[in-house]
Amino acid sequence: MSVNEETREIRRRTWRDIDLRAVAPFAALALLLILGAIVNPNFIGITNLANVATRSAFIAIIAVGATFVISSGDLDLSVGSMVAFVASLMILFMNSGVIADPALMLTAAVLFTVIAGALCGLANGLITTVGRIEPFIATLGTMGIYRGLTTWLSQGGAITLREPELQEMYRPAYFGSILGMPVPIAVILAVTGVAAFVLYRTRYGRHVVAVGSNSDVARYSGIPVNRVRTIAFVIQGLCVAIAVLLYVPRLGSTSATTGILWELQAITAVVVGGTALKGGAGRVWGTICGAFILELVGNIMLLSNFISEYLIGAIQGAIIIIAMLVQRSLVRKS
Amino acid sequence: MDSETVDAGTVVLSARRISKSFSGVQVLFSVNFDLRAGEIHALMGENGAGKSTLVKILSGFEQPTSGEIILDGNPVKLPPNGAAEALGIVIIHQEFNLAEHLTVTESLFLGREVTRFGVLDRKFMRTETRRVLDLLGSHVDENAMIGTLSIADKQMVEIAKAISRDARVVFMDEPTAVLSREETNFLFRQVRKLRDQGTSFVFVSHKLDEVMELTDRVTVLRDGQWIKTSPTAMLDGESIAQLMVGRELSKLYPAKSEPDVDEEITLSVKALSTGYVRDASFEVRNGEILGFSGMIGSGRTELMEAVAGLRSRISGEVIIRGETVPSGDVHAANRCGLAYMTKDRKSKGLLLNSRMTANLTLQSLERHGKLGYLSPASEASALERARRRFDIRVRDGNVVAGRMSGGNQQKLLLAKVMETEPEIIIIDEPTRGIDVGTKQQIYHFISALARDGRSIIVVSSEMPEVIGLCTRVAVMREGRIVGMLEGDEISEQEIMRYAAGLKKKAVA
Repeated sequence: MSVNEETREIRRRTWRDIDLRAVAPFAALALLLILGAIVNPNFIGITNLANVATRSAFIAIIAVGATFVISSGDLDLSVGSMVAFVASLMILFMNSGVIADPALMLTAAVLFTVIAGALCGLANGLITTVGRIEPFIATLGTMGIYRGLTTWLSQGGAITLREPELQEMYRPAYFGSILGMPVPIAVILAVTGVAAFVLYRTRYGRHVVAVGSNSDVARYSGIPVNRVRTIAFVIQGLCVAIAVLLYVPRLGSTSATTGILWELQAITAVVVGGTALKGGAGRVWGTICGAFILELVGNIMLLSNFISEYLIGAIQGAIIIIAMLVQRSLVRKS
Repeated sequence: MDSETVDAGTVVLSARRISKSFSGVQVLFSVNFDLRAGEIHALMGENGAGKSTLVKILSGFEQPTSGEIILDGNPVKLPPNGAAEALGIVIIHQEFNLAEHLTVTESLFLGREVTRFGVLDRKFMRTETRRVLDLLGSHVDENAMIGTLSIADKQMVEIAKAISRDARVVFMDEPTAVLSREETNFLFRQVRKLRDQGTSFVFVSHKLDEVMELTDRVTVLRDGQWIKTSPTAMLDGESIAQLMVGRELSKLYPAKSEPDVDEEITLSVKALSTGYVRDASFEVRNGEILGFSGMIGSGRTELMEAVAGLRSRISGEVIIRGETVPSGDVHAANRCGLAYMTKDRKSKGLLLNSRMTANLTLQSLERHGKLGYLSPASEASALERARRRFDIRVRDGNVVAGRMSGGNQQKLLLAKVMETEPEIIIIDEPTRGIDVGTKQQIYHFISALARDGRSIIVVSSEMPEVIGLCTRVAVMREGRIVGMLEGDEISEQEIMRYAAGLKKKAVA
């Protein structure tokens, strides 16, 4: 009997070694793929899946940034507005014609966008840390500000990239492919790879998790808590800028309604991916998985005929609640 | 004791052979305790003697591991989480249970609001609050926000709350710790008045003079055991102090080695003041273990946090090897080779959801790779080293810190602090909540560090620890260093005299 008990003990240990919360989103993704294949044989085709992945790029990349902010114990609600604002700035910059040579202009515009995104993130970070305002409130405020500025810049209409030559040159950034892989997918992989490296393999990443997990412990360990939090917001801003770099060549136009509710989708992707909303555990690959899941659900609904695609918002809302419930039940078990 | 229980005053609440263990560590050993109607009963003992645990058990916040509680002659199982209030048993916590944004009236009636036709009867509640406050002779405005009240007034509201719930037994845990002398006197008058009306009080305090002044009987606990119950009049401050500490030092402690008089002074603190700490000055030499003793709340931790740069100071200087350390700058202090080990390992020391490695290297990440990169191999070898050096015994190297035993957590915390290779180490409560075996190990680590030529400050509420380890002991009381003991002066009685305010000495 004692032998029996021992083996049971060992089995339980090996089970415990696998972190269920890390695995859960991938299991859900696999389940969705199977479900999709059953619903419609076209679903599982490489073209369709590549399409889905490409379309998830914006949310996925933004959500990678959100993983940092959430891991450090904060929240950024302004990302959707920030996309609209930064994208508008980028198009206005390209329309301004300050640089004649299109290639040079494009390079300058990319740089400009990255800096604009970083500054927007920095603003969020400083308001939260130096201003000591709850991140929820601080970014609710900037959400309104960025959206309002966009509406003002576009005078309520659309901002469209006018230069056809620039447009032509920039188009492949979204529609092109590298080694047979659509550019957006390559960008997702690159951004996620870098983010995973930073979060898991650098001092800064360790600081982020420590601050999100217990800011007192971090402070007593000599970690500059506010700097770590601010940098997380800047990373979020950079991710938004990268998403914008993909977004602008796609439509070549922005309006006051660009990126509406993207912040919710980004947060959903992060949470579905297994990152704890209260901070302290970041899962970058899980976040990407979460973004795919959101897009896949929409795709399956489109391909199947028994649920109206107008319900997609409701389904996505339900997903975040289910993900939280699953997360909590897994915590309780472990 | 049996002879005493027979005479006057019916017993309201009593504990019979109560034992209690927390995760395998026994903190109360078959303790007996009687509370009579209309008495003020002091519960005394050193920190960690089990007073708070006994209070929690008698008020239902903890269930005893064994033994029984008898209320009005009948064995009872007290309901948890404050529901014992319904039985007239009220506890006034050290940290008040008052919501800052409620008014005094709202606080008093919280959870049992009076309604008329489903609507709050504010007028009745206000009148009733006024009546109770008047009964106490308190001037507090019943419409004032709790947040605007002084600490003494909050204390008074807590007591009013207790009375308005027809409390028969009131536990007061260090009620005067935050009060001025006048406020204390006022509180005592009210307590005596209520006692004369038949309410019973259990008064937990470290202040010998107050116990002598206020209480009718005293029960002393030591190391979780009942030592003595006696009428206060038959004791004096000295004898209570002796009962509280009376114990011999065993081989728990390594041999002391005193530093040479001409050893370099590594840390010198001059006239440091924070909000609470006043004018603290002291020096530590190479290879010295300096002790800091005093009651909980005497300002030791605040002083040490100010020295370590975790808290900014109002005035005063911290000089490490001739270099002045700026105020409130942890990094500067760390760079100068000073490290502070918190007493609060669970909420300030360790990331309970992280593994050992992440905890160990958190304070010294720059040693494990260049340009921000972290080398897993370097971290793994650091963990290997630390586990050997500090004898951290875990079966699974991937276990999260929160699942480790208190002793192993404490060793991990010590290892974490030592990873920064400090020259001056401030250790706050080195052995809180850990078993004797690990305690002994930690004492030997500390002693070995000092022999290596490091300067060590041990802040501890356990007097034997300070006496067993340190060659000099500073005693703090109410934010000031009131005594600096050396050599043969270092004894529990002597420390207790300073700590309880029976003796004072100007410190150079």
